[in-house]
Amino acid sequence: MGEVIVITSGKGGVGKTTTTANIGTALALGGKKVVLVDTDIGLRNLDVVMGLENRIVYDLVDVVEGFCRLKQALIKDKRFEGLFLLPAAQTRDKTAVSPKQMINLCSDLKEEFDFVIIDCPAGIEQGFKNAIAGAEKAIVVTTPEVSAVRDADRIIGLLEANELRSPTLLINRVRPDMVRRGDMMSIEDIIDILAIDLVGVVPDDEKIVVSTNRGEPAVTDSKSLAGKAYGNIARRLLGEEVPILDFESDSGFLPMIKKLFGLKTT
Amino acid sequence: MLADLARFFGKTRSSNQMAKERLKLVLIHDRSNVSPQFLDMVKSEIIKVINNYMDVDEEALDIQLTRTRSEHGDGVVPALVANIPIKNVKKCGK
Repeated sequence: MGEVIVITSGKGGVGKTTTTANIGTALALGGKKVVLVDTDIGLRNLDVVMGLENRIVYDLVDVVEGFCRLKQALIKDKRFEGLFLLPAAQTRDKTAVSPKQMINLCSDLKEEFDFVIIDCPAGIEQGFKNAIAGAEKAIVVTTPEVSAVRDADRIIGLLEANELRSPTLLINRVRPDMVRRGDMMSIEDIIDILAIDLVGVVPDDEKIVVSTNRGEPAVTDSKSLAGKAYGNIARRLLGEEVPILDFESDSGFLPMIKKLFGLKTT
Repeated sequence: MLADLARFFGKTRSSNQMAKERLKLVLIHDRSNVSPQFLDMVKSEIIKVINNYMDVDEEALDIQLTRTRSEHGDGVVPALVANIPIKNVKKCGK
């Protein structure tokens, strides 16, 4: 029996899709059988971030409407053993699927896969309700900005109201130089405000843009700090104890952020 | 460095400090699904009860709905946090 994890945020553009792609790929690289489900019907993007846009035949809506079997809609990622994508429909809208249908879909996928990672659309309407319906765990993505943290707070409240207790927090696009200058909220500031457990911190990294350009997740790039951070998050999901921001970097980045966040050298 | 110095002398506040303060205020509103009138009712009832035992500073009384980590460690629970400055304890109990 696998685990269903929804990646959500409330606010758009904070990195839900990038997070889904990278955590999913990292879990597959760790030997797990993983399916990524794009629930952003009408505005799908997980397919392009994963570089699988040319291989879509059927989609999520085709599956729930019974136009095809689940297996037919799953795209196998040939680069990573055990990784699959269930794309969203592009020409429909969020009302094409109901929470009940998502619950059924997730329980079917759980039979086959170790991890079902659901990419949630922005907002708190139908698309959000669909995305969380079948999930057992939630990761809330935010960035160190007032608007993103505010929306994350709202989403945490809604998740808890929907029986998704103890969501964990992923803080994306952190810029240590700005935190040090006092021009960006620190990890501690954000945890203090949101009062939930941290699953990981991902530094702002130009390589994410490059990897999205190419359609190759950043976790495959050994030089990408964000990729490393995502790899660490996947390891934490697998139950490993990995210190936050423990990058094995020679660039001097590691000692700097450790000092910055007051972490002891491990 | 100059900015740090200016901050040290209290000339400017760092923008992350401002972000934090603004967020805290906006979240108090966001988190309370209850109306300000409701909170005022709760507040006046609390004052009424406490007044039987002690004098409190009604002007400075602050009551908010917020969220806090549960003591059992399993997630976050909503909490009613009241800050009630006491002026004087009445000796009616003795």
